[in-house]
Amino acid sequence: MTNSPILTVDNLKTYFFTDEGAVRAVDGASFEVHAGKTVGIVGESGCGKSVTALSILRIVQRPGRIVEGAIRLRRADASGKRGEVDLASLDPEGAEIRAIRGGEIALVFQEPMTSFSPHYTIGNQIVETIQLHQAVGKAEARSRTIELLRMVGIPRPERRIDEYPFELSGGLRQRVMIAMALSCNPKILIADEPTTALDVTTQAQILDLLRDIQARTQMSVIIITHDMGVIAEMADDVIVMYLGRVVESGPVDEIFHAPKHPYTQALLRSIPSIFAEPRSKLPTIAGSIPHPHNRPSGCPFHPRCAEAMPGLCERHAPQLLPLSPSQKASCFLYHEPEEVAPA
Amino acid sequence: MTEAKPPAFEDALVASAAEERVSVATQWQLMWWRFRKHRLAMISALVIAAFYLVAIFADFLAYADPHKTEAFRSLIAPQPIHFFDEGRFSPHVFALIGKRDPRTFKRVYEPDPERKIPLRFFAEGYKYKFLGLIKTNRHLIGVEGGAAEELIFLLGTDQLGRDLWSRLMIACRLSLTIGLAGVTLSLVLGVLLGGISGLYGGAIDTLIQRVIEILRSIPTIPLWMGLAAAMPRDWGVVQVYFAITVILSLIGWTDLARVVRGRFLALREEDFVLAAELAGVGQMRIIFRHMVPSFLSHIIAATTLALPNMIISETALSFLGLGLRPPAVSWGVLLQDAQNIQTVAISPWLLTAAIPVVAVILAFNFLGDGLRDAADPYG
Amino acid sequence: MSERSKADAPLLEVKKLRRFFPIRKGLLRRVVGQVRAVDDVSFHIKRGETLSLVGESGCGKTTTARCILRALKPTAGQVLFQTAAGDVVDTAALPKRALQPFRHQMQMIFQDPFSSLNPRMTVFDIIAEPLLASGVKSREQRRRRVEELLELARLRPEFMGRYPHAFSGGQRQRIGIARALALNPSLIVADEPVSALDVSVQAQILNLMLDLQDELGLTYLFVAHDLSVVKHISDRVAVMYVGKIVEIAETKHLFNAPQHPYTEALLSAVPKPDPRLRAERIALKGEVADAAQPPTGCYFHPRCAYAIDRCRTEAPQLEETQPGHFVSCHRAKEIELTGVEAPGIGKPS
Repeated sequence: MTNSPILTVDNLKTYFFTDEGAVRAVDGASFEVHAGKTVGIVGESGCGKSVTALSILRIVQRPGRIVEGAIRLRRADASGKRGEVDLASLDPEGAEIRAIRGGEIALVFQEPMTSFSPHYTIGNQIVETIQLHQAVGKAEARSRTIELLRMVGIPRPERRIDEYPFELSGGLRQRVMIAMALSCNPKILIADEPTTALDVTTQAQILDLLRDIQARTQMSVIIITHDMGVIAEMADDVIVMYLGRVVESGPVDEIFHAPKHPYTQALLRSIPSIFAEPRSKLPTIAGSIPHPHNRPSGCPFHPRCAEAMPGLCERHAPQLLPLSPSQKASCFLYHEPEEVAPA
Repeated sequence: MTEAKPPAFEDALVASAAEERVSVATQWQLMWWRFRKHRLAMISALVIAAFYLVAIFADFLAYADPHKTEAFRSLIAPQPIHFFDEGRFSPHVFALIGKRDPRTFKRVYEPDPERKIPLRFFAEGYKYKFLGLIKTNRHLIGVEGGAAEELIFLLGTDQLGRDLWSRLMIACRLSLTIGLAGVTLSLVLGVLLGGISGLYGGAIDTLIQRVIEILRSIPTIPLWMGLAAAMPRDWGVVQVYFAITVILSLIGWTDLARVVRGRFLALREEDFVLAAELAGVGQMRIIFRHMVPSFLSHIIAATTLALPNMIISETALSFLGLGLRPPAVSWGVLLQDAQNIQTVAISPWLLTAAIPVVAVILAFNFLGDGLRDAADPYG
Repeated sequence: MSERSKADAPLLEVKKLRRFFPIRKGLLRRVVGQVRAVDDVSFHIKRGETLSLVGESGCGKTTTARCILRALKPTAGQVLFQTAAGDVVDTAALPKRALQPFRHQMQMIFQDPFSSLNPRMTVFDIIAEPLLASGVKSREQRRRRVEELLELARLRPEFMGRYPHAFSGGQRQRIGIARALALNPSLIVADEPVSALDVSVQAQILNLMLDLQDELGLTYLFVAHDLSVVKHISDRVAVMYVGKIVEIAETKHLFNAPQHPYTEALLSAVPKPDPRLRAERIALKGEVADAAQPPTGCYFHPRCAYAIDRCRTEAPQLEETQPGHFVSCHRAKEIELTGVEAPGIGKPS
């Protein structure tokens, strides 16, 4: 095992150029994904967590576009030499990214129903994916598909393979979706809100399944969710995002037990807990998430921040800087802004 | 006052003037703002407005009696206007000398540079009623001259020597308006029957749906031919045509009815409709205050897309001789003159009636698209 | 009627409520089966308390709520509601027209803050609509009441001229709450009122609901799937599974000492926001039963780790095992189930 990350996202900026102006969906996100580890990206709506995933796969829809930054994937090139490829600089329709998409990096969506074509059996769709990326015959692809369906816990896979997506329940569809994502032995699995549409007992099954598969295949997982509970259960490293920026990152235990950024702290306090006293009030974060067109100046969290320092936070944007070898935060409570540092 | 207890409120929600404007904008304002951005649709709207202005002022814009035939000026080619005379602004045309070609026996015309016929604005011409009310004989342009060939022919003449420009102006009126009654009737029927179908459901719904299916299976052109033959003999051509459009619209409401039914079915499930119901709001008010405004804009867009259909079917049917017939003047009737390849080869100006048809149909479609895109500003 | 109306009578009592949806097939739309969406559900809510209905999608919790509001007509059963005048009426039996005088006493808060507000009406028109329907003719009176309601929902009254699109999800939900309060209802049915909101906004709305309950003495029927949210707001909780209530108890009892295996599994499945609690979960086998073809006996037996032969054949009844704690399980008294207890509480840390 090497220590160098398998995927490095460096200062990624993805903007959407609409009639009303540019929306900075992702505004300078940086993080690393290590082999065999799970990175959890957590944040509320509009924080850019999904756009980050789409950017990695280069499937951001117009009018969105990566305007800056690098997404470095460690992969062997055509000659088998180990090297790095910057996904951000690839042609989004080119052969290389298409080989990576579904090959080395696979995606599992929130809504399993819409990710399948309703006109083909699930078997057909997985077989097709396998044959797209690997030179195997139809019969072999089919037997591999059955194997995959069995691996994701689908009962009687020999029969289920010939069913259509609408014949399956939400939980089974999500399992099939995962089977499809695993069909080409990806190195990285991106799961974008994989359990949000599911019930809590089904969610537990799917999370267990993901963990189980990861233990067996040693793949890396990027799990994107708004649910702190899912993050606590799944992630090794956590990235907390707010309005397109990473506000804090670090190992899961530090994020939950020693959060540094005021947003992380407030978010953790404000989530309803199953351990709470009945009829107890929750601490809240004032206000609501600003509309993307009205992005606050300086630190995007300052209007809602209880610890905002007037004259500083609304003027300067903090950088994500290390607080300890493992934890980083983007807040002036811990760093002086460069311009005014010596004073 | 409210400043006394600021923490009581959820947040400041300070908005700039521009946002404040959006915040209190009605549905129609939002639609207009969105529509305005659609440049093609805006241009199309202007084009259509111009066409209807022509239809209203058709007689004023024409300069020759569109029905007056004259053997001595048959098939004259479009005539250029000369704007300057010896450095002075003085629009004029040259008089034409008509001769018969001794070999082909065809009448040919040559301009006579010696005889200049000056153009006059607001000149006197044939008598008509301005806007159907005021008797007058003034026209936008005209010439002073008496002889058959001493006139202007901006777009040439047809076989019977009628001035094409003037006929085109008059044709606008009929072509652009004859569909309106039909579309209006379809609209009323569609909204009413679709609404009943969607709101009440059950047996009424099933009945209306089956009727729609039967109506949609009737082929239009044979029906049209049969109806054209069945109309009373003593009716005028326009009357017959009008009657037929009305009958056709009795069949044509089905599309709109389906759309309206679908919208009602969807809206019935909307939470805000349930909220109104729980608040004790009456049935009629729920329909007209809560449901209908949600798809009014869609109906307007659908109507805009239905009008060009009516216009093009008039043109097509008249061209085939099934719709309007002379002496009525419409674009389709004008195009009837250009039915054989020979006329088109020798006198291509007879095809000019196709230009307004294409222009107005395109404009209506672009406008309809623009309206449809703008129709749901909350989508 | 009036001899029943006692001061301590529950505000709402639901008795053997049923709502079946026919399954139709073929050209003639013949009824080939029934979806037993709500099947013999009984519970009561006392004045001023919050009862939560929890369960997974398709368990019938929303259908139950809609039957109580008579947005759906119950197939059978009684919905006894104590009106403001002190009478008890069975809203399930009344024709829709006769329901009008009581309708405004039960109001609803919706899940989706976007579809529940008509985008074509201003905030004033939305909140004033119930007032208008109940006959407040003067515009000035309505304006004053709307102002009052917006302040109750902690929104600035000067924004009443705006359209819903100018507000965020949380603010819209406040508008929806203001509308529900317009006619001084005694019962509020809240159908997943925070599940469509961002995490940081959920807490605001939950707190607002708790405050309003104290200020106005409201009674809530709270329908939700999120057990953490339910824990914060409820006095009592009823757990539903395939159209039936399997357990109903005071919040603390239900969470700390569940007596139905399904409740236990639900509690165990909730992801705990603490990485140090990554414990083994009780993984349920299989999938939620189909309400059109429920299993024999106890509907939960195919997924239950504690099932015995009796569970496969005989349907259990809801029985009181402890005061106020009702469970529908044959083995409720024999099995030891684990609930959730706050980490560190009762243990040396």
